[in-house]
Formats: sequence, structure tokens, C-alpha cells
Amino acid sequence: MNYFDSIREKVLNSERPTEQELLALFRDGNLYDLGFLADIVRRKKHPEPVVTYVIDRNINYTDICISACKFCAFYKGPEDAEGSVISFEELKKKIDETQELGGTQILLQGGLHPDKQLEFYEDMLRFIKKTGIHIHGFSPPEICHFVKVSGFSVAEVLERLRQAGLDSMPGGGAEILSDRVRRMAAPNKCSADEWIDVMRQAHLQGMKTTATMMFGHIETLEERLEHLLRIRDLQEKTGGFTAFIPWPFQPANTAFSDIPKTTAHVYLKMLAWSRIVLDNVANIQASWVTQGPKVAQISLFFGANDFGSTMIEENVVAAAGVTFRLSESEIRSLVKGAGFMPQQRTMDYSFVTTG
Amino acid sequence: MDYLIKNAGLGDILEKVQDGERLSFADGIRLFESPDLLAIGYLANIVRERKNGNNTYFIYNQHINYSNICTNLCKFCAFGKDRDSDLAYEMSVEDVRGKVRERLSEPITEIHMVGGIHPDLPYSYYTDVLKVIKEERPDVHIQAFTCVEIAHLAEISGLGYAGVLEDLKNAGLGSIPGGGAEVFSSRIRQLTCEKKLSGSDWLEVAKTAHKLDLHTNATMLYGHIESLEERVEHLDMLRRAQDETGGFLAFIPLAFHPKNTELSSLSRTSGVDDLKMIAVARCFLDNFPHIKAYWVMIGQKVSQIGLSFGADDVDGTVKEEIITHMAGAETEQAMSREQLLRLIREAGRTPIERDTLYNVINSY
Repeated sequence: MNYFDSIREKVLNSERPTEQELLALFRDGNLYDLGFLADIVRRKKHPEPVVTYVIDRNINYTDICISACKFCAFYKGPEDAEGSVISFEELKKKIDETQELGGTQILLQGGLHPDKQLEFYEDMLRFIKKTGIHIHGFSPPEICHFVKVSGFSVAEVLERLRQAGLDSMPGGGAEILSDRVRRMAAPNKCSADEWIDVMRQAHLQGMKTTATMMFGHIETLEERLEHLLRIRDLQEKTGGFTAFIPWPFQPANTAFSDIPKTTAHVYLKMLAWSRIVLDNVANIQASWVTQGPKVAQISLFFGANDFGSTMIEENVVAAAGVTFRLSESEIRSLVKGAGFMPQQRTMDYSFVTTG
Repeated sequence: MDYLIKNAGLGDILEKVQDGERLSFADGIRLFESPDLLAIGYLANIVRERKNGNNTYFIYNQHINYSNICTNLCKFCAFGKDRDSDLAYEMSVEDVRGKVRERLSEPITEIHMVGGIHPDLPYSYYTDVLKVIKEERPDVHIQAFTCVEIAHLAEISGLGYAGVLEDLKNAGLGSIPGGGAEVFSSRIRQLTCEKKLSGSDWLEVAKTAHKLDLHTNATMLYGHIESLEERVEHLDMLRRAQDETGGFLAFIPLAFHPKNTELSSLSRTSGVDDLKMIAVARCFLDNFPHIKAYWVMIGQKVSQIGLSFGADDVDGTVKEEIITHMAGAETEQAMSREQLLRLIREAGRTPIERDTLYNVINSY
């Protein structure tokens, strides 16, 4: 395969393969074509055999959502009596539990609630901040929703949330950053441009964020690449992404439940491809929540250098019928079993030293 | 890519694999000890593609476990029960007939039947169940009774291994599954299953079957208390036996499942353990035509990835798998043909529906 030699040369010399080469690599490459290259990129970026993880908890402040995305099994429509909003009391209890388990952060996300005003979110942040925990919260669709509700600009909303205690932002809601896909799968959600703009402004204000991709539904391979390149382009300008997390669509209980689930082979190829394309993002996370412990461990040879979070609590993937659970000690032993050193980290990838 | 294998310190093994040269005992240990999972897999994939090309086999089969009553009660087993246990069961000959009848409308080509070492079922039971299966499904291939069960039948009948195998063959037995091999090492057998047939006797039964034109499979239960040396020794004993008879079809590594066993304090095997086991087996067992990544044991996901790490077979549709599920397997009970086809195709392989003896039933 001539094109493959050319791609390998480029990756070895830290040059960027062309879009055509990248597409061909995914289409025609086997697990070794992609895995070896991803491993080279990963080891260049992380010469030490360390695999990081964070101890945190996902807190979903509400499941009430006006977005009604077709790939989502978590939300409740505003008219659904089962929808709820978390109380401050519950919030406090969840954070106390997290801190008792050595947790350093919470991942705070929720649905797009039709009635709550910006002040509600500011109050929630100020309340949480009293515990001293790092708040990794509000993905771009939530920020865009707050903009609509409040009438403030994106920059103003971000500024106010930061003042109230927001430390960093998760990269959720990116799904596939292509407007064709978004119109079909999540027409009420922010556009690809809006998602990128929220992240750009967050980075400009000095906040770090992650980026995600949910693949394996109605998108084409070209659209996956478009997604990766949009992340890479913004990273080139701001450098604000700490990590990229690709995970496959989980169809159960969603409007797209007839789409078959992405298999592990394709997941590993996608993970490796992400590592190769996103040469300017430092960290790639394995998704044990969707793939389970075995494949997550194998991911460490396909570009992933981070095991993600212990997720003391997780609700969104669980709503789609997937319920893997891992403790910190299990994560550490999986990492060791793959020949790497496990290391607890914070959101910005500083190591947590216990003493 | 060869230089990556050399960088991993496996250049000499790569040369042997490329030249089709046999790996030594020490090579086997080095592969297990290497931290470079991709390099090991790459070597195994060379052997896999040389032997089986892009083909990946599966079978439409039915599992019947006629009884879980067992006098061996091995420490790694959650299936076998004392006859007084509340969980003990046994199927009558007519029960087995019923199991076969339940699924007559399905295109099943193999019935896979194993059980425990039952203290008092008569010898005639074993030939009778084969006969009723054949009465209900004359064309089905019956793969039944591990070497351990065959040795037990030789004991209760006094007919010797060959005598029993002839009888069973006449009653409808088509081939013998690979179970009961565990780890051949006598140290491991003393510690985990002291009442069980010895490793050398297991091999003797298998070789006797081969001489009677009965093909068999071989397994190894890994991931409990065995050492890497004991794993390679096991593979080496299989390789020697295969040199003598050529009667083994597939090697099936079986991942130890600790739940509900006497070794329940041990952890489950990891994904890396499972892939390495498949890959080293593929490199080492140069005279075995097939290596199976049995999805019931390691899950559909690792089984699929195993197709790039040396395996060319995922077993089959399986229904009512009991032995592994009693030990806490969280895998599904059955996979449909469509699920199997998709799993294999998404791994970039060509699905081939086979019969027990690897004759092609359908290419997709």
C-alpha cells in the first residue's frame, strides 16, 4: 500500500497526512495499520508509560430537556411528569460522597430546561463552590440555551458562570460537528458553528475544555473527519482542549434504536484514527463506560493514554441500557495489567499526589 | 511495520513466523512476557492469515448440558454440583429428546453436549442420548463428551478408551469437544482438580479418538493460578500430540470465571490477558488449523478483536450456555446469525458458516 507508506512517513515526521490519505487510512487500514501509528503518536506525546484517570461523579442537575435529540435515552420532555430537577440538599450529599472517595471534581450537566433562568445556574455554582470541589460543567448546548433564556451574549454568560464558580467545561453535545447530521438527529441543538464558538470563547477566557464525538449513527466517514478537523483547527488557534473523547452511539431506548451498535473493532479504529488526526490535542480518553473494562484496557494500545473517570455516578449512558461499573482500584489494576503506571489526575491533567 | 516488531525485541520471532519455523518453549514465554500487545498480535495475525486467509468461521449450534452432577467438583468450576445439592439436575434420555425437539425448526448443524462426572448414570445412558438425538435430527453432527467423560465411561464399562469411543461412534457421536484439559500441569491439577483425569491421560483419550477418525478440539483454562511456564508447557504437549495424530481441529482458550467457584477471590481475566492468550496460542500451535475466540467466554467485543489477534473462529449461535454463566459470565446467552455476520464483517473478515468439521455450509 503506497499511500500507507506515505502516511506513516508523515506521521513519523510529525507532518499531517492529507484528508484523502486520512480517509483511505480508515477505510482500508486494519487494526495494525491504525494501531501502530496511533501508538507512535501517543508515545511521542507521552514518553512515560503513564495512564491517567480522574475521580469524579457525573451530576445531572435535571433530565428535563426541550432538545429531544433522537440519539438520547436520558431526557424527559417538559410535559413528562417523571422529569425532575435536583435539590441543593441532594447536590450537597452527592458532592460530600465524592469528596469522601477522594474525588477532585464533579461533572455537572443537564437537559435544556425550559424555565430555569441564568440565576438558577449561578446560584447552583456558588452553592457547590462552597465545598471547594472543581466544577467541570455545562457543555456548549447548555451555554447556548442559557444565552437564549437570558438574552446575554455567549461571552457574557461564560463570564457570569465563571464568576459564580465554573472552572472548566466538558466537551459534550458535540455529537457530530456537521450541520447535516445535526439537522437530522438533533435539530433543536446548537449548530456546529455555535458549538465551536462557545469553546473558542471559553478558551479565550482562560477556561480549559474537553471535546467529544458521538459516532456510529447516521454520519458518514467524511463527516467524522470534518468533526475531527474542526476540533483540530480550533485547537490550533486556542490550545484550550485538554482531551478528546470519542464514544460510539448507544442505541437502546432512543428514537434511533434500530441502528445497530458500533462494534469494538470499529471503536478501536476510530480511537486510533482520532489519535492520529488530533496531533495537537494532548490526551485521548478510552470510554470504558460504553466499551467495558476489557476493551477500555485494550484501547491503551490504540492511542488512549487516559482512562477517563471513575464515574461514581453516571446516568446518561445507563439510560441507554449500558451499565458497566469500575472502581478506582479496578481501573488501577487494569492499567497495571496492560503494563502502564496508573496515575490520578485533575481536569487539567496535573497529577494528584496523595501523601 | 517489521521494524516496530524488531523495536519490541521480537525480531527473531518475527523471522521464524515469516519463515514458518516452529517457535521454541522460550519463544512462547517471551511472547507472554512481552508488554507489546500490538507486536504479539501482529505476529499472530501473520500466522492466522497464512492458514485461514480472511475467513472467519461460525457454526449454528445447540448446547445441551445433560447433567451438572459431578464427583470431581473442581475448584475452578461453578457448574458441577454434588448429587445432594439443591441446584443439582439431570436430564432423562427423553428430556434430551425434548431439548432437541424444541428447536427442530432451526437450521442447527451441531449439537454440543457435555456434562459432569455423574456417579451413577449407567453406561447405556450415554449411548441412548446419542441415539435419541439422531432419531430426532438424523443429519446433525453430535460433538459430545469431553475426554474426561470418555475416561469415566471407560472405567464404568471396562471397555477401555477405544472400546467406549467405538460404541459412542456407532451410537452417533461425530466428534469430541476440547473441555476438561484445564491446565495439564500436575501441580495445577493437584491444587485445583485432584480427582480429574491427568493431563497425559486426557491426551491419551484424544489421541485414541483421532486414531478412530474422531476429530477433537483442545482447550486450556487460563487466568487462575497457573504460571506462564505451565501455559506454554500445556501448548507444547498439545503441539506434540498433534504432530503424532493431526486430529485436533481447533484450540479454544477458556478464560477462567471466578464467580461462584472456590477460587472466587481471584480476578477475572483482562482484555489484554485474553488477546495475548489467543495470539500466543496462534503463534505457538503451528500445527493447529484453527484458533477459536469463544465469545461466550470473553464477550463479543474481545472475541471480535481476537479475529485480528490470531483467531479465525468465534464459535456459534449457542443457546442456553450454562457452564460459564454459572460462573458469572455476563455475556448474552445467544447470538443470532445476523449478529455474528455483522461482528465478523465489521472486523474486516469474511464470514463462513461451517459445520463441525469445518466444511463450508455458506459463504457470505
